[in-house]
Amino acid sequence: MSIVKLVNVTKRFGGITALRGISLSIEDGEYVCILGPTGAGKTTLLRIIAGLVEPDEGEIYIEGRRVNGVPPERRNAVYMFQNFALFPHMTVWENVSFGPMVKEWSSEKIENVTSETLEMVRLGERRDAYPSELSGGMQQRVALARGIAAGARILLLDEPFGALDARLRVNLRTQLRSLVKDQGLTAIHVTHDQEEALMVADRIVILREGRIEQTGLPQDIYNHPKSIFVMSFVGGANFLDGVVSRVTGSGSTIEIRGGLRIRVSDTSNGAGERVVVGVRREDVSLGKSRKRGFNNLVGEVLDVMFVGGSIEYVVRLENDMTMLSRILLGEGSMAFKEGDMVIVSFHPSECHVFQYPERGLLKEIEAI
Amino acid sequence: MPEVKLVNVTKRYGRIIANDHINLTIKDKEYISVIGPSGCGKTTLIKCIAGIIEPDEGEIYIGGRLVNNVPIEDRGIGYVFQNIALFPHMTVWGNITYGPRVRGFPPEETEAIAREMIEMIKVTARVDAYPDELSGGTQQKTAVARALMTRSRLLLLDEPLGALDLKVRAALRYELRRIVKDLGLTALHVTHDQEEAMSISDRVVVMRRGRIIESGRPIELYMRPKKLFTANFVGEANFLVGEVKLITGEGSIIDLGDGMKILSRDRSREMGERVVVAFRPEFASLGRTCENALAGKMTSIIYSGDLVRLHVELPNGDVIVVKRSLRLYEPIPRAGDEVTVSVPPENILVYPYPERGLHRELSLE
Repeated sequence: MSIVKLVNVTKRFGGITALRGISLSIEDGEYVCILGPTGAGKTTLLRIIAGLVEPDEGEIYIEGRRVNGVPPERRNAVYMFQNFALFPHMTVWENVSFGPMVKEWSSEKIENVTSETLEMVRLGERRDAYPSELSGGMQQRVALARGIAAGARILLLDEPFGALDARLRVNLRTQLRSLVKDQGLTAIHVTHDQEEALMVADRIVILREGRIEQTGLPQDIYNHPKSIFVMSFVGGANFLDGVVSRVTGSGSTIEIRGGLRIRVSDTSNGAGERVVVGVRREDVSLGKSRKRGFNNLVGEVLDVMFVGGSIEYVVRLENDMTMLSRILLGEGSMAFKEGDMVIVSFHPSECHVFQYPERGLLKEIEAI
Repeated sequence: MPEVKLVNVTKRYGRIIANDHINLTIKDKEYISVIGPSGCGKTTLIKCIAGIIEPDEGEIYIGGRLVNNVPIEDRGIGYVFQNIALFPHMTVWGNITYGPRVRGFPPEETEAIAREMIEMIKVTARVDAYPDELSGGTQQKTAVARALMTRSRLLLLDEPLGALDLKVRAALRYELRRIVKDLGLTALHVTHDQEEAMSISDRVVVMRRGRIIESGRPIELYMRPKKLFTANFVGEANFLVGEVKLITGEGSIIDLGDGMKILSRDRSREMGERVVVAFRPEFASLGRTCENALAGKMTSIIYSGDLVRLHVELPNGDVIVVKRSLRLYEPIPRAGDEVTVSVPPENILVYPYPERGLHRELSLE
C-alpha cells in the first residue's frame, strides 16, 4: 500500500497555478526525489503533504487516511526537515528529546528513545554539545534524529543540502540515504540538483510548471528521457535541430543546418518533419579519423575544459554550431587542444529524436 | 595592463587572521579562481583587492600602481556580487548605463558602450524590461554588463553564480569565460563551487585558514595536487594509509597492511616513512589491468547518469570508490562479488602522513 498518495492535486496562488492535477503514489520505504527548476512547484508539493498548504482541488492520503484539512501537527508520521532548524539554546540531547517530551511520555521512555535515536545517527557522544559547536553535517544529523524521535516515518526534505559547501554535500547525501534505508523510513526529497537526485533516489519525479513531466527509475530517466526538457535538465545534451529527409527500415536521415546530414536509428518521424536530435556529451567522441557506422562531422576544438573528473571539449562544426564532448579522465582524454581539427563521432543509436517543440527549442532547454 | 600583485597582504578580525601574508600575482588576461572551505579568507581577499576592505598589512598593486588607499571607484575594476544587485526600479538599459550617467559621461559615448556591451555579453532580454521580468541568469549577465561599463579591464567576481539554479550556473560558466577571454579581461573569481572553479579558470588558488596552500592549472591541481588537503578538496579521492617498503628505479612500493602493496611513481618519500596514498576514483579500473591490483569485495553501486560509482571493501576494512563510465559497456559486478581493482602507478599520489592525523587534515571545516 502506498504510504503517501496524491490524487489530482491542484493549487493556485492568485493568478498563478503552482500545481496542476498532480497524481502520485509513494510506497512505504521508498526514497523519492522531486526534481525540477525553480518555480516548478516542488516546494508547494512538499508543503501540501506536510499540511502547511491546503490544495484547492484533489485529495491527499497518508497511510491510507485522507488528510485534507488535517493540520500539520496532527499528521504524526510526517516530518518536514528544513535548514537544520535546531533550537540553538538547547543541547543535542534536549533538541532530540523535545518531541517525546511534548508527547508527555514517561521519563524512561523519553530516555530510551532519545539515546537510541542519537546512536542511530552516531552522535551519542555529543549529547551535551550545543548546535553551534557541531559541524554542518552533525547538525543535520541532529535535526534528523529529532524528527525520528518524534515518531516521523515520512521525511520531507526540502533542499536539505542547499546551504552547504559543494564538497560536503556529496558526503552527506549518501549518508542521509543510508540512514533512511537502514531505518526503513520513507523520504520525499526536493532538489534542483540532478546529480543529487540521480545518486540518491529510488525514483525521480520531474516537475515542470506545476505538472509531472516524467517519473521513473533514475537510470530510466537518464537513458530514456521523454522530452527535450528532461534530457536537458537531467544530464544535459547537445541539441541539433533539423528536418527528416529520408526514412528507411533501419533509421532516418536528418538534415541539419549548413547542409550537414546525420543518421539516427529512430524512425518515428516522417520525412519533412521538423525535429530536434539530442546527443549526450559523453556519447560524443573526438578522433583523427572517421569511425565506421557512426556519424562523423568535422570540427575545430574551441576550448578544452576540465569538469569534475572529466574533460569537456567545445567543438565548432563546419556549420558554425558547437557540440560538446565529455570524456572521463583515465579513459584516454587529453589528446586534443584548442585549434585542433577533429572528427566528431556519435552513433545513430545514441541519437534521441524529438518533435520540434511548439514553443521553440530555447524555451525547452531553459537557455539563459 | 591590469596585472594584480599582492604582497604580504594580511587582515585580522580580532584574533582571527582572515588573510595571513598573502602573496599572489595575477597575470594580465589571466582568469583566476579562488576556492577554499567556508571561512578560509577568500571573500576577504577579493574585498581587499576591490578596496571594500583595507588590509592591516601588505601592499596591493593593480597595473603596477599601489592602490592601498585608493577608493573602490578609482581602482579601475568591475565588481559583480553574488546577490544580483540590479536596481529593481530601473530597466536593463537604465541599470547598464547608470554608472556613466551619474558620473556625467557624454550620453552618446555611454550609449555606444552600452550597445557594445549588450551585444558582447548577449543580454538577450529587451533593454526596456525590468529586472523582475528576467531570469536569474539574464539578471546576472546584465550585472556583468553594468560592471564593465567603465571599460575596466579587471573583473572581480564574488560568487557571481552563487544565487542561481545549478543548471543555469553550469551554462553561465561558459558565458563568463567567453566574455572574459573575448574582451581580453583579467578576472578574479571567488567561488565555493570547486567544479565551477576548475572548469572556468586558467589557474585555481586553494586557500585554507587565511593562507594560500597551493595554486596551479586546474588539470595540475587535479592530477598532481601538492597537498593532501587539495587532493580531497578538488574532486573525489580515495585515501589509504601505508608505509614505504622499498624505493626502486620504478618508484616506491608502499605496504598498505593486510598483504596489500601498491606501487607509485613518486620516489620523494623515505624508506619506512608512514604515508598516505591517494588516487582518483576515475583512474581505478576493474580487473587486473596493471601491476597495482587490489582484491576486494563490492559493497554497493551508485549510478548517476552515465557514471557508476562502485564501493569496494578492501581486506583491511577500508572502502574505496571506483568510478567508471557506463559507455564502456563493461559488465558491472554486483554487491557481494569479489573483484580486483587496478590503478596505474603514475596515478598513485603519495603524501607524508599528516601530524594532526588524516581525518583532521582532510577536514573541510
